[in-house]
Amino acid sequence: MSATEVNGKIEYSDPENRNALIAVKSHLIAGFLVFLLMMIAGFTMRAAQGTWLEIGADLFYQIMTVHGVGVVGAAMITSTGVQWYFLRQYVRLSNGIFWTNFFIFLTGVVLILGSIFVGKYGGAWTFLFPLPAISMGAWSNGAAALFQAGLLIIGVGFLILYLDFGRAILARYGSLARALGLTQLFGKEPVDYKHPAAVVASTMVLIVNFMGIAAGAVVLVMGLINLFYPEFKPDALLMKNLIYFFGHVVINATIYASVIAVYELLPRYTGRPWKTNKPFYAAWFAIVFMVMGVYPHHLMMDFAMPNWALVVGQVLSFGSGIPVMVVTGYGALMIVYRSGIKWTTSAKLLFLSMFGWWAGVIPAILDAMVTVNRAFHNTLWVPGHFHFYLLLGLLPMLIGFAYFLAGEGDSKEQPKATDKLGFYAYLIGAFMTSMVFLASGASSIPRRWAAHMPEWVSFAQVGTVAAALVVLGMLLFIIRALVSLPGASNPR
Amino acid sequence: MISTVYAITLVGIGLVIAVFYFVIANSKEADPDYPSITKKWYGVRSKWFLFLLVLGITVSVLSTNPFPTPDQKKEYSGGDYQNVTVDSHQWYWIMTPSTVKAGQPVEFQVSSADVNHGFGIYDEKLTLVAQTQAMPGYTNKLIHTFDKPGKYKILCLEYCGLAHHAMISELTVE
Ligand code: HEM
Ligand SMILES: [Cu+2]
Ligand SMILES: [Cu+2]
Repeated sequence: MSATEVNGKIEYSDPENRNALIAVKSHLIAGFLVFLLMMIAGFTMRAAQGTWLEIGADLFYQIMTVHGVGVVGAAMITSTGVQWYFLRQYVRLSNGIFWTNFFIFLTGVVLILGSIFVGKYGGAWTFLFPLPAISMGAWSNGAAALFQAGLLIIGVGFLILYLDFGRAILARYGSLARALGLTQLFGKEPVDYKHPAAVVASTMVLIVNFMGIAAGAVVLVMGLINLFYPEFKPDALLMKNLIYFFGHVVINATIYASVIAVYELLPRYTGRPWKTNKPFYAAWFAIVFMVMGVYPHHLMMDFAMPNWALVVGQVLSFGSGIPVMVVTGYGALMIVYRSGIKWTTSAKLLFLSMFGWWAGVIPAILDAMVTVNRAFHNTLWVPGHFHFYLLLGLLPMLIGFAYFLAGEGDSKEQPKATDKLGFYAYLIGAFMTSMVFLASGASSIPRRWAAHMPEWVSFAQVGTVAAALVVLGMLLFIIRALVSLPGASNPR
Repeated sequence: MISTVYAITLVGIGLVIAVFYFVIANSKEADPDYPSITKKWYGVRSKWFLFLLVLGITVSVLSTNPFPTPDQKKEYSGGDYQNVTVDSHQWYWIMTPSTVKAGQPVEFQVSSADVNHGFGIYDEKLTLVAQTQAMPGYTNKLIHTFDKPGKYKILCLEYCGLAHHAMISELTVE
């Protein structure tokens, strides 16, 4: 195959392209609306912990459940929108399957909302076995089943979509290894600096999410059987392993899917190429294993786990910070340095995402050390690290992409005052939200507590103020998206 | 240890902010010679990678030898250890006995009768001093030596249902 053939973009018909653009925008807008609602839910939880708002424990834990599952779902659907937008330029993807997953997703959302707000399910998004079945009367088995069925349905939708990704990637590149750049990495083919990063990243996401969702399906089915036939009692430690393997992989994969926007757009804004090369392929190859292998860091306080598994979790957790610190984040610094970049809101957000991911790695890998975990596990340190890289890493990628799609990235105008206000409210609020969580964790405040001890209340109050800023920023972003996105034509 | 980890985190985040700030401050003026920028910084990158690698290996080896959590195969009975059995239930703890002596290691045998709980021991300043999971079907052995007498609190550190935050008990150390 000649190089032009390998790197050439796929041609679609005009109606197909128009439909695809509508589909991507639908994913973004649906995802952002869910994010906004979930941020209001987060604000509500912080206000309750700060004693500024009185709600019952049952409602608090329902809100906590909907927040967890809502943001994970929104992260999956929105990042998939970004990923699909770029991947379809290099491999021939089906609009129909993309839409199918979207509607399956919405169906699952309805089931889950019903289980939480009608059925009063409040067993957290992690549905840690056997809590869904043993609620002491707070919710019924039916509600727990509805929740797990909703998740299962969403998982099936994504599996279908990944089958289409896999089919299309194989059709073009012949093997997943070749799509990942392994043939170039191991010298079987000359290095092609134009091999699309979107294809490499998508192949990695496809592999890990396929495994993750398959494990999730297994554990969801086992949980469902247990709900109806309590004699079937799977081992609690096995279930916990499966749940955290699934949960960690799917939420972690969203950032690897969304980072495609950084690879694609920073070159456009700086006029410099982001070349794929051997370190790039090596990093993404390692990520395949690390994303799947780090999950034992959720089980370090389960002393029944074999020590070697915890060491693997600790070492791979450190390792999984290296690609962003050495390849992706580092590459972003190089490409921006003395580039004469115009700081549109899109450019700002994408560059911010590199900071958020990089800095968020620090509290994460520290907590993933067994010895540190003894003092930090299940304190607010944990929400501290993941809000850091979700609020300041993942979301800026998604919102930065939306600004690009709205045409702002290439425009000659300066960002509008509302865009600036939105950006800084969001930046300061998200940073504060995360730092207050970390400070709380350093004060041993437990996570997932509906009511905080008097000593802890002031932390939650600062957190509430921070949350209000994030909500304000997100609100401005959403208004912008609703105004500018629907009519925007595809940026050339 | 907690404050050290917190300090490393704050300094680390501060350094990352400084680096990003430096690049933003140097982003306006365009240098068209990108290849020489990449050449220079690829060189720095190799050293940076090597540094992270050496750091990671050193920290991994040092921090897991000896392994930080107690050996579960060992028997901790006999005169050297005080033994406390901990049964966790939605939403209360049963500790027998619930009074121990300072200065001599205590073995907590922690299990659960229903769902997963987290056995977290907090001192009088509400600092977490030791923890383990309480999982149905398993008994975890947690070893801790109290240096100070006082009223310690047991808080639940694994979400276990609607009264998770009220699952609090007291441990007296004499
Ligand atoms: C205004 C913004 C946000 C605020 C104020 C907020 C607040 C919170 C609070 C208070 C909790 C429960 C903490 C506890 O354990 O006591 C929580 C949990 C969580 N948040 Fe957020 N959050 C926000 C945005 C997000 C976003 C954008 C994401 C993901 C992209 C996210 C992901 C999560 C997850 C996965 C949990 C864990 C839920 C669980 O423990 O079951 N949050 N958040
Ligand atoms: Cu409990
Ligand atoms: Cu609990």
